Amino acid sequence: MNFALTVILGLVGLFALAALMRWGARHALTGQARAMAHDMPLTAAFGILVILIYTAVAIAAPALAPFPERDIVGTQFQAWSADHPLGTDRIGRDMLSRLIYGARNTVGIAFATTALAFVVGSILGLWAALVGGWLDQVLSRLVDALMAIPALIFSLLLLTIFGTSILSLILVIAAVDATRVFRLARAVAQGIVVMDYIEAAKLRGEGSWFLIRREILPNALAPLVAEFGLRFCFVFLAISSLSFLGLGIKPPTADWGSMVRDNATLITFGDVTPLLPAGCIALLTVAVNFVVDWQLHRASGLKEQ
Amino acid sequence: MDGLTQTRSGPRRTATGGRTPWEDIVLSNVLRIILVRVALGIGLLFIVSLVIFWATELLPGDLATQLLGQSATPETVAALRDQLGLNDPAPVRYWMWLSGAVTGDFGVSMANGRPIAEMIGARLGNTVFLALYAAALSVPISLVLGILAALWRNSVFDRMANAGALTAISFPEFFVAYILVLWLAQTGLFPSMVRINPTTDLGDRLYMTFLPALTLTLVVTAHMMRMTRAAIINLMASPYIEMARLKGLSPLRIVLRHALPNALAPIINVIALNLAYLITGVVVVEVVFVYPGLGQLMVDAVSNRDIAVVQAVALIFAAAYVSLNLIADVLSTITNPRLMHQR
Amino acid sequence: MTRHVFTGLDPALGRGGVSRRGVLQGAAALGAAGLILPGTMTRARAQTRGGTFRVGIGHGSTTDGYDPGLWDQLFVQTFAAARHNYLIEVGSDGQLVPEIAESWDSDDGKTWVFRIRQGVSFHSGKDVTADDVVASINHHRGDASTSAIKSLLAAITDVRAEGTTVAVTLEAPNADLPYLMTDYHIPIMPGIDGRIDTTSTDGCGGYIVESYEPGVQASLTRNPNYWKSDRAWFDRIELLSILDSAARLNALITGEVHLIDQVDPATIDMLESRGAARILSIPGNAHYVFPMDSRAAPFTDNNVRLALKYALDRDAMVDVILGGHGAVSNDNPIGPANRYFHAEMEQKTYDPDRARFHLREAGLDSLEVALSAADAAFSGAVDAAAMFSENARAAGINLVVDRVPNDGYWDNIWLKAPFCASYWGGRAVEDHMFTTAYAAGADWNESHWTNDRFNELLVAARSEINEDTRRAMYQEMQQIVSFEGSTIIPMYNNYVMAVANDVATPDRISANWNLDGFRCVERWWMA
Repeated sequence: MNFALTVILGLVGLFALAALMRWGARHALTGQARAMAHDMPLTAAFGILVILIYTAVAIAAPALAPFPERDIVGTQFQAWSADHPLGTDRIGRDMLSRLIYGARNTVGIAFATTALAFVVGSILGLWAALVGGWLDQVLSRLVDALMAIPALIFSLLLLTIFGTSILSLILVIAAVDATRVFRLARAVAQGIVVMDYIEAAKLRGEGSWFLIRREILPNALAPLVAEFGLRFCFVFLAISSLSFLGLGIKPPTADWGSMVRDNATLITFGDVTPLLPAGCIALLTVAVNFVVDWQLHRASGLKEQ
Repeated sequence: MDGLTQTRSGPRRTATGGRTPWEDIVLSNVLRIILVRVALGIGLLFIVSLVIFWATELLPGDLATQLLGQSATPETVAALRDQLGLNDPAPVRYWMWLSGAVTGDFGVSMANGRPIAEMIGARLGNTVFLALYAAALSVPISLVLGILAALWRNSVFDRMANAGALTAISFPEFFVAYILVLWLAQTGLFPSMVRINPTTDLGDRLYMTFLPALTLTLVVTAHMMRMTRAAIINLMASPYIEMARLKGLSPLRIVLRHALPNALAPIINVIALNLAYLITGVVVVEVVFVYPGLGQLMVDAVSNRDIAVVQAVALIFAAAYVSLNLIADVLSTITNPRLMHQR
Repeated sequence: MTRHVFTGLDPALGRGGVSRRGVLQGAAALGAAGLILPGTMTRARAQTRGGTFRVGIGHGSTTDGYDPGLWDQLFVQTFAAARHNYLIEVGSDGQLVPEIAESWDSDDGKTWVFRIRQGVSFHSGKDVTADDVVASINHHRGDASTSAIKSLLAAITDVRAEGTTVAVTLEAPNADLPYLMTDYHIPIMPGIDGRIDTTSTDGCGGYIVESYEPGVQASLTRNPNYWKSDRAWFDRIELLSILDSAARLNALITGEVHLIDQVDPATIDMLESRGAARILSIPGNAHYVFPMDSRAAPFTDNNVRLALKYALDRDAMVDVILGGHGAVSNDNPIGPANRYFHAEMEQKTYDPDRARFHLREAGLDSLEVALSAADAAFSGAVDAAAMFSENARAAGINLVVDRVPNDGYWDNIWLKAPFCASYWGGRAVEDHMFTTAYAAGADWNESHWTNDRFNELLVAARSEINEDTRRAMYQEMQQIVSFEGSTIIPMYNNYVMAVANDVATPDRISANWNLDGFRCVERWWMA
């Protein structure tokens, strides 16, 4: 159970580091940022720390990784050693390097996909709610129809038609996700557009774009942010499930979703290799959602008791 | 999710009003909603069938080339196309399918000539069984965990439940399944694959499908639990909750009697979405546990371009989605008087 | 009419009656393929009747049907072998074994006469007659036929029942016709008005179908009237379609099934060390290939093709992609189990310098090509392509791996993309392999390759009588394909299965197709 011990120690270490960071932030920052740091629970500090680490790793991947992403540097599934701290993968590439590059590729793709889905989905959703009428009907019914088709099968259809380049992968998953975001954004905005301040703004003669940007979006942000946290991690899962069906990111690009799939059979024999990329995904998901929870909590106006 | 806003825009005060016309209003309102939604739903099914047909048409190859695979030669493909009636133009084939489908005749699988109703029948039963099983496990668990997490928000319990649920959903389904098999099947507690037939009795069935149901439970619990927690916490700053608190009610009572009823709408919506997912989105779990459900049928049919089967399964999925959403909306409406008394 | 009856090689007699028909016998000598298990592993104990044999197969689709012309994967193939008999069976030692055909003979190689075994009945009770055999063969012939082997049988001009014999007439002499009749697409099924019923499971094999759900399972019970007394030992057979390789492993480990195919190479050692099952690794002629379209630049230049052939590490591929369960191939579609296998060719090795040399010969400093791959081509194809790409980099070749969807691979990529991955089950007869995939204009000539000398030899060798000359001809053809061909063949893959210890296997397992030539269901027994 050496592995479990390492994981637990690692997590404790991260929490300690997060506490330290929060303490530093409380003293070093000023003004509103300081107030936020004071308000911040340890979990949120942990989340921010993890996100910062991932970002740093993603940016500095070539400098951090001991080997290039695609180089075959050993034999199949070597054990953990000084040369290869996490061993090698199925065709003899360094596992640690693949994980580090995976941060860059996977987080990049997931971020691009989720951001695209949210921009498209929420703008259309808010717009549909604001304008109403036939535009709302057409968009809503179309989205309903798309949502009624299982996401995985719909992606399978689209990716088979358009091929599996990274761009089409991002576009297809974003399109599927955007329908979900649309529904949420529209539902949230419907409650807002009947408010007096929207009426007032309309009477002032403001245009739709201004209303969406300045009046509705700020008030609809909290549930959207909450959804963003979950959607973000669903992108990893989508890529992973697609590679289960034989579609996914092209080699030699490393991505965690496909890495889980490629090594998954080993878990049958209790080998921990596939846990590494899965763990990377899980840690990031938990971290992002800790931060999201904190922001939601702030937005809800409840004070720590 | 509609419900989230509805409660946001103003929680109901405790219902004190006159009750005499209440049932009538419920009935007429609910009926109206159901009628409108059923009409919309039928339109939706029609759009879905068009989208699916169009997408399947765009896929490279057709049934003839897929069936022959590596051994396809232009000559045999042409002969097979002819035999399968694939040479008609697409609109003609769509019309033929549609006119059959509206009379309830889904036809036969073009790939092996079996009646589609027969192919789908048993699998639909299996899919619904697994979905209900997983729901029976996951809905109570997520409600209880969600309520407790809201009650003890920001406590260690809350954080742990949250982190645990998030970790569970950030593992791909097949991976969760492999780990469960490693722990629970290789040790001999549960079978690693599902071997059921129509004569398997309920007890055996529950035992054999436990691992797939547990996998799905782990996959959907997080979403429902988080929504339950969020919806309740969302109300905790409302004046009427403040009022209840000032009256000195216990936190548990406040959550259960005052917050939960008003938070039901978004929770019901999320449960409906997840139930729809349990019916339509579980192909990966079916593959890992060799469970004969509709997902595998759909994927097989798509990859063989067996359009009649694709359409039939897609319609079942769409119908499940539509009716679950309908039920969710009706329930949300019943639990929320503000929606009942819409002008 | 006197007819010299050439009895099919009786397994008990070994190779009998070799006369002037040495050539016509070609098909009968499938080479000493097959794995002979060390005596300590499975001593051939007395076979015992009984038990339920469950097989987990990594194939099967809900769209599978009963039409033999459309069978294409291991599930339907094994299911067919359990319920049907064929005219001729390929024995585990590679020799032809009479099945429904008691014997066969030809005077000129052009007209073949098969004597139909009497006293065999279908599960429905009907006797097997020559007319049934004619209907079963004719299903794959004629304009309206949709069979996958239509082109393979295109040379047959006439099939006629004459009493208890069936006469098959060909356009031109072909020594390999009896071999073609072993094809898994041609089970003997009951004929009704000259046609077989493609919606029925009725056959004359060792097991009767009890239930069948396409893509899920098939269960069969032993045929009490089976004519073979020394076969079909199990009382019941259950074939389960388990597509996911981890699920197959788990099913074997937890005892849900007794036999699985396609064991993930990465896990073979771990599975073996558990001791719950043994690995059967059967070398055959199956091979993985990367065909290059010889009509498309830059593959028009043989130097470019040679550069690529020297730019991949075949040994590493056998180790990694096959987990060591296979052998390096020298771009040769004829395997070591074949009769005229050319073992003395200069073996190509991973040699970046030599690859660079050939690039320079082609007038190039560097090369950029795209290789399309999907695991549909063969399991591990995407990994193999990634390895190839890494190897080639050292030779200044930028090989871009284009991962394409499994779905639609054979329709969309194969024969269309200029450079892709593919596989061959291997053919027991040289002519069959070359004619199918390397002859000019063949439907499945993946590389669209033509070579005049090769095609000339191919035709000449079919009717060459002198054994040594024939051998020399086939070896020259192998040399040409290897060094001038447009197909990279890095390795021969073994058939790898895992069997639970409570099932006994014969000493010798057939190399002709997987799962003991699909016949595990009738050749194996409970230990």
